[in-house]
Amino acid sequence: MATATHLHGRIGESIKRKEDARFLRGKGNYLDDFVLPNMLHMAIFRSPHAHARIKSIDTSAAGAMPGVIAVVTGELMAQHKLAWMPTLSGDTQAVLATDKVRFQGQEVAAVIAETKYLAEDARDAIIVDYEVLPAVTSPDGAKTAGAPLIRDEKEGQKDNHIYHWESGNQATTQAAFAKAHKVVRLHTFYPRCHPAPLETCGCIADVNGATGKATIYMTSQAPHAIRTVFALVTGLPEQQIRIISPDIGGGFGNKVPVYPGYVVATAASLLIGRPVKWVEDRTENLISTGFARDYHMTGDLAVDEKGKMLALRVHLDSDNGAFFADAQPSKFKAGLFHIVTGSYDIPTAHVTADGYYTNKAPGGVAYRCSFRVTEASYLIERLVTNAAIELGLDQAEFRKQNFIKPEQFPYTSATGWVYDSGDYPKAMDVALEKLGYAELRKDVERRRKQGEVTGIGIASFTEVVGAGHGAEFDILGLRMFDSAELRIHPTGKGLLRMGVKSQGQGHETTFAQIVTEELGIPANDIAVEEGDTDTAPYGLGTYASRSTPVAGAATAMVSRKLREKARKIAAHLLEAAEEDLEWEVGRFYVKGSPDRAKTIQEIAFAAYTNLPEGLEAGLEGVHYYDPPNMTYPFGTYAVVVDIDKGTGQVKVRRMVAVDDCGVRINPMIVEGQIHGGLTEGFGIAFMELITFDSDGNCIGSNFMDYLLPTAWETPRFEMGETVTPSPHHPLGAKGVGESATVGSPAAYVNAVIDALSPYGITNIDMPVGPDKVWAALRKAGVTE
Amino acid sequence: MKVSMKVNGVERGGDIEPRVLLVDFLRTNLAQTGTHIGCDTTSCGACTVLLDGEPVKSCTLLAVQVDGRNITTVEGLASGSTLSPMQAGFHEEHGLQCGFCTPGMMLVGTALLERNPDPTEDEIRWAISGNICRCTGYMNIVKAIQHAAKAQAAAQAKISETVAVAGGE
Repeated sequence: MATATHLHGRIGESIKRKEDARFLRGKGNYLDDFVLPNMLHMAIFRSPHAHARIKSIDTSAAGAMPGVIAVVTGELMAQHKLAWMPTLSGDTQAVLATDKVRFQGQEVAAVIAETKYLAEDARDAIIVDYEVLPAVTSPDGAKTAGAPLIRDEKEGQKDNHIYHWESGNQATTQAAFAKAHKVVRLHTFYPRCHPAPLETCGCIADVNGATGKATIYMTSQAPHAIRTVFALVTGLPEQQIRIISPDIGGGFGNKVPVYPGYVVATAASLLIGRPVKWVEDRTENLISTGFARDYHMTGDLAVDEKGKMLALRVHLDSDNGAFFADAQPSKFKAGLFHIVTGSYDIPTAHVTADGYYTNKAPGGVAYRCSFRVTEASYLIERLVTNAAIELGLDQAEFRKQNFIKPEQFPYTSATGWVYDSGDYPKAMDVALEKLGYAELRKDVERRRKQGEVTGIGIASFTEVVGAGHGAEFDILGLRMFDSAELRIHPTGKGLLRMGVKSQGQGHETTFAQIVTEELGIPANDIAVEEGDTDTAPYGLGTYASRSTPVAGAATAMVSRKLREKARKIAAHLLEAAEEDLEWEVGRFYVKGSPDRAKTIQEIAFAAYTNLPEGLEAGLEGVHYYDPPNMTYPFGTYAVVVDIDKGTGQVKVRRMVAVDDCGVRINPMIVEGQIHGGLTEGFGIAFMELITFDSDGNCIGSNFMDYLLPTAWETPRFEMGETVTPSPHHPLGAKGVGESATVGSPAAYVNAVIDALSPYGITNIDMPVGPDKVWAALRKAGVTE
Repeated sequence: MKVSMKVNGVERGGDIEPRVLLVDFLRTNLAQTGTHIGCDTTSCGACTVLLDGEPVKSCTLLAVQVDGRNITTVEGLASGSTLSPMQAGFHEEHGLQCGFCTPGMMLVGTALLERNPDPTEDEIRWAISGNICRCTGYMNIVKAIQHAAKAQAAAQAKISETVAVAGGE
């Protein structure tokens, strides 16, 4: 019969994390912890101007300084055809500037020296003569007649427009608007913010002079994709490139793109014949690497007299910076923004998007965003709350009335998404009950009568994650599948290697638990390895909440493959027919004779020692999983705020978060992910901002200007859950990493707007700092 | 310039430029890489170490400024293979994700319990407010420190009990 001993780590068990052991002792292996023999250090010289023509670069003084091995400029890179590189959006980006600088902080030259200190000394001795040009700092500025042409080096580029993109149906949407009882409009700017992982980006390039093999240690969320891009950029044969992505100190999308520093360090190592380390400082990270958002959005929602949503129309202008460098599926110029109808049964929608070059750092797709779902979710949830207020309806009731009903799944949205599963009213009900909504609403009215400024905000988001299936989703043509390779050793222990790459998400624990569930091997007996392209199977990496939906599925599938082979071996050992065997977690037994059984460990041993005739030795396999559809996590977040009329300070009194991410593999880890996302969402809503003055100077270039939430401001979260499994995922899981950053900013801001609605205030763009709230209250005539 | 200090109870020294930051001395000269660099401006706390028991940010201290002093880094928290109560608390309460801020957080927590063995939640949140975590949202870090406080109190009670029993004999 079933063994009485507890099997450690099955799905649903909050086992403690295996990866903690090294981090708790200061023995993590982050990029900057690696020291290679003979290693040199690189420092990058960056442009102080947002837009300027380079007249001359004088590196003579720098080159003569002690300890300096080389000074690399764009001219040198150009001799090797590496002054420019392709981006993940099919554009080009300067590696080191040759003609112009196009944003403040752009890479102009690099010093390679014996130590970090000497490299930085010499960097400061580089002299560049610039002719400063007028800077463009917004899409409005970019489209002005006579605006400076930023990408004058691109053939055929006559203006600063990058792309126009549409989704949905213009004709049916127009017709629906013509019949609308009311149209509610929201114009909002989702400002530029930055993922700011605590560890900055960096690499150590080590090109072996004898073999030509380039080993590059890199803070990369997507090491395989980077390897392929590197092969294409440098012309090196792909088997001669090995990317090792070690422990990563947070990524949040900041560590997906290829940055110029990686290319320069690799070229330098190749030319010099010694390893070269490059690690950004915080300012370099904030001013030059993958930022997020910078979306100017206008949404119109048409409703009938009963409050039924009829149609949605959205236009957005995207500020992509000086190079279109977003890492996103190539068919979708505005990412997955067209999920913008959200959780609502809106019959028709039309989305138009235009992207613009500006004299700002390149990027846009980062920061726990699932490829622009963050912006989409923010717009629709803000619009819905504004519509409820304008129509005099309750925010929660209005949402419920228009939710896609549970029986409508699978549901095809007006922009063509096929939602896999959902029960939106249920998640809403759990949230409202946790909040005590009805009573709280009365309490808000009471407090308002006493002159308090207080409000409740709700956001019922729908996410779209997974970034597969391959036919629709690719990056530079690479289909967005993912992989798992599982080897079970003779002693019944195992090694699982994956194409994704954890940055703190706990993969070493979660994915071992999937093997536990599928094969009955305790989670502690499964080692999980990621990040080394010479050993891990090919995968597209970790971002867009895709690891569990895609690589987690691959892990389940490869485990099942092994289980089928194990059945053959068990049949041989038990001298029974395969079809007479029953599986229960951890063992096969003969139907009707539960004592005649072989454990997975016994079978693993036999796979190397006692095989049936004709069967290959070993118990290992690999699976590449191409998901049939995306997964659609959802939830309802509710926030209560109190606002100080005198200072404009917003205090979050409560935050209730109900998430449905399908089946939870390790609930403790899932909850931790949500906590983190709610906190980053709080930061985005109230504190975090990268902005620019009219000359293109970046404001927000260090942690004294770019404000991150600390333990002091961060609210205490009240958590809840519902479970609606994904019907197409082998485990029913949906992914969760980004739900909270996608869903929570609108909930926070909706609470502020609800609080301010008695004063006729309908919008304040993020970050909702006390200055903006104070100004809005004063403008509305509130004095105190 | 010669410098010497006790790092985790062991006398360590070096001949360095006066401008060398304490964090670089620890990481580069002493190869103690558990102390991290996150911001260079004393804002994030990834580089926190204890200087004579008090948390300081080693990215804005020169190594020569701590000549002759005692430094505790994350590498000094465990006793052999036994985790300190703070480290055990972070493990039990899932107080870490990427692990980059964790050394600083644990050192601040350790110093807090040293001067206040039974802190309130607000006292914990204030104590760690100079340290940024981008992953956890702090709730589990607070729980981890509370977990350590309880474990230390229990251990203390046990010691007192043993002493009382021994005294009674």
